[in-house]
Amino acid sequence: MLLRKVSQSSAVCGSILRNPAVLSGSQRQAAVVLAVPNGRLYASQAAQAVLEKPAAVGSDAAAKAEKKSVAAESKSFAVNMFKGQIATSQVFPFPKALNEEQEQFLQELVGPVSKFFEEVNDPAKNDELEKVEDHTMEGLKEMGAFGLQVPADLGGLGLSNTQYARLVEIVGSHDLGVGITLGAHQSIGFKGILLFGNKAQKEKYLPKLATGETIAAFCLTEPASGSDAASIKTTAVLSPCGKFYTMNGSKIWISNGGLAEIFTVFAKTPMKDPKTGEMKDKITAFIVERSFGGVSHGPPEKKMGIKASNTAEVYFEDVRVPVDCVLGEVGGGFKVAMNILNNGRFGMAAALSGTMRGVMTKAIDHAANRTQFGNKIHTYGAIQEKMARMAMLHYVTESMAYMISGNMDSGATDFQIEAAISKIFASEAAWTVTDESIQVMGGMGFMKGSGVERVMRDLRIFRIFEGTNDILRLFVALNGFQNAGNHLKSLQKALKNPFGNAGLLTAEITKRAKRKAGLSTGLSLQGSIHPDLAQSGDLTVKAIEQFGAVIEELLVKHGKKIIDEQFVLKRVADCAIDLYAMVVVLSRASRSLSQSHPSAQHEKMLCDTWCMEAHDRVMRDIKLLRSGESKRLFNNMRSISAAVVENGGVVSPHPLGF
Amino acid sequence: MPGRVLVGVKRVIDYAVKIRVKPDNSGVVTDGVKHSMNPFCEIAVEEAVKLKEKKLIKEVVAVSCGPQQSQETIRTALAMGADRGIHVEVSGKDYENLGPLQVSKILAALAKKEEAQLIILGKQAIDDDCNQTGQMTAALLDWPQGTFASEVSLEENQIKVVREIDGGLETIRINTPAVLTADLRLNTPRYATLPNIMKAKKKKIANVKPADLGVDLTSRLEVLRVDEPPQREAGMKVETVEDLVGKLKDAGKV
Repeated sequence: MLLRKVSQSSAVCGSILRNPAVLSGSQRQAAVVLAVPNGRLYASQAAQAVLEKPAAVGSDAAAKAEKKSVAAESKSFAVNMFKGQIATSQVFPFPKALNEEQEQFLQELVGPVSKFFEEVNDPAKNDELEKVEDHTMEGLKEMGAFGLQVPADLGGLGLSNTQYARLVEIVGSHDLGVGITLGAHQSIGFKGILLFGNKAQKEKYLPKLATGETIAAFCLTEPASGSDAASIKTTAVLSPCGKFYTMNGSKIWISNGGLAEIFTVFAKTPMKDPKTGEMKDKITAFIVERSFGGVSHGPPEKKMGIKASNTAEVYFEDVRVPVDCVLGEVGGGFKVAMNILNNGRFGMAAALSGTMRGVMTKAIDHAANRTQFGNKIHTYGAIQEKMARMAMLHYVTESMAYMISGNMDSGATDFQIEAAISKIFASEAAWTVTDESIQVMGGMGFMKGSGVERVMRDLRIFRIFEGTNDILRLFVALNGFQNAGNHLKSLQKALKNPFGNAGLLTAEITKRAKRKAGLSTGLSLQGSIHPDLAQSGDLTVKAIEQFGAVIEELLVKHGKKIIDEQFVLKRVADCAIDLYAMVVVLSRASRSLSQSHPSAQHEKMLCDTWCMEAHDRVMRDIKLLRSGESKRLFNNMRSISAAVVENGGVVSPHPLGF
Repeated sequence: MPGRVLVGVKRVIDYAVKIRVKPDNSGVVTDGVKHSMNPFCEIAVEEAVKLKEKKLIKEVVAVSCGPQQSQETIRTALAMGADRGIHVEVSGKDYENLGPLQVSKILAALAKKEEAQLIILGKQAIDDDCNQTGQMTAALLDWPQGTFASEVSLEENQIKVVREIDGGLETIRINTPAVLTADLRLNTPRYATLPNIMKAKKKKIANVKPADLGVDLTSRLEVLRVDEPPQREAGMKVETVEDLVGKLKDAGKV
């Protein structure tokens, strides 16, 4: 009976996958193997091509994806979600990443840091002066705030990611300008040395960086290379004697550019390809000291927000960089850059959850005390909806931040999609929450004195730097497609040997048949989540099932061309973000219910409300992606855009005719 | 030159917290409420650490009497620069009844045991506002006392203390060993820096029981009731001075 089923498998599978032929193909590098309806095989370098371009996606992801297709299955929830599977190990239960000693230590740190920011740091003054006040900088250095994650034996505090997140949350709730000064220094500025430095480099540079005696900066962006980081033009040419590189180029918008002594610089180094013998330019990461000579910087940029943070152009003119200042491998600079950014992303979500807490307190205080039309305004539905949304957005962001930092501390290596999701979510949530806080406060919110307009201005950049949200959405979607594609590839391998893989194939066929029929495929969160949250769990599972299905459908429909379908990719990413958010709050609320926290019922409400709305959003997007309507919609938008670009402005003439 | 200084630090409800009385009026709510070091004790620690930095004394020992959580308060003192700590464990009913008399007995016993030459305390605690412990400790040890100190200078075998009193400032000179209590303007306590908090983890906190010191903790006081301050009532406006005097007579005030 089983044999009969399996022998029909090709046909059945084919009809369900809408692919009569057997999938096959090999690839040199990471690639998405896709089926095309007319049966021809495509081994595509689609993913590779796109991976080389956008800033946030790197050859690292390519290398990782290749490893994944041969090595163990990824434990990342997001990776598996794209395959329509639920991998619970990283999301349930909510990670407890601190042992008793770490927790106790962290608790002792929270007080002094909060006190410093309440009593010494003056965010309004910093904003007005467009720099962090000198005595505040000194205080921060003495406080040890410049070396939070440097190992203790090199002069730092050796904090884990979770401990770092908790402190960064305090900074975020008070002063984002200071937050960026500290973050540009340690979260990206010298993170490369922590992650890729050899022993000599660590011992040479980290002690002074930890005390703040020297400040660090991350130098990647150039006038012609923002998101397209692989296209940078700064060069580093090896000297004939082989002892140093000569660096030339200019970087823009470098945080701490005017203050730093130590720069992590990315430059193109000409290298001989070992196989073909031709010279190629590959990116290498360098530690450059200002004292090497030839390093200069421009005046501080005038910005919309985070004014206290120094942003400047940095110029490298015939700078001699010793070969032992190469960070990581020669030619491996892109991987270094992407790892640094990936590693620091959770910090942003933590800081922004602190920011949201801060502005919400002001808005809530106003709503609770302001009387209009005879009642306190918080009794009105319009205000209540705003408050509720703010609370939910904060709850999701905070949960994401500590889930990811907890995963990282527990040794997870596969968190790049989740980190990218958290950055997108946190930056947009913080913007919305602050915007709505100003709205709740009315005219007062608009006034400098309340301190909220400053936060609004400070927040705008968070959707832009460290990987624009638009690029990160493409990254989330394409990374997801790549993994789903690899999964299909392994299915195709199984089809080559149907008898040996009878069980797998039967399961996959059944799953697809059920999905098509709208039945549950057996996926469930039961046992992972608290029984009180069963309903929200159901909504989440249904959404994940349909998401997995639509991902497959899109892969089959578009093939390698999916990388150009940015209208589609954006919506896919939005779904992924909503789904991850649902799972994260299910996990957190489950924990609170299981541990009978006093706030458990409130958290259940936050979770349920979020899941209701997120489920609807996801289903709506999936419906659009499946409908014929979407093609027309996207084409229309393409045409509109082309027309306004061609016209250099709005196309339609003025309604008055002049 | 005094060698060892004992500094008393008390764990109290944080000054910024809104105090609430328990529904049964037996006390105030402490569960889940933020606690920190008594502000005047912070000033005392700061003064002791400053003296050590000026090399006028050799060792600063921070002492706290209370339950397990008092160790957090001692650690804060260690992070500010104290060398080691002593936690006198008092919990449960004993802790509820712990007052200046019991604490001063403990401090006196410890001063003898540790051969301290100077005891610095905060002038009072912000929870009970007793302003007695320093004075009682001095009496039990038969040591001179310099209370409400706003300035302290160590001389050969004596201490010059400027005291804040109702009439202004009083300067006295007392012999060592002595007890000092810190007033607000004595100094501005330093912020505990994160590296110092980390270093403080390595400093020792010894555990001692009151019985080991031969101290009897029985209280001679019994708290009958704790109430919130009466709600402020509305005032009255009067037209003339006669009206005012009349109203005052009616209220029995004159």
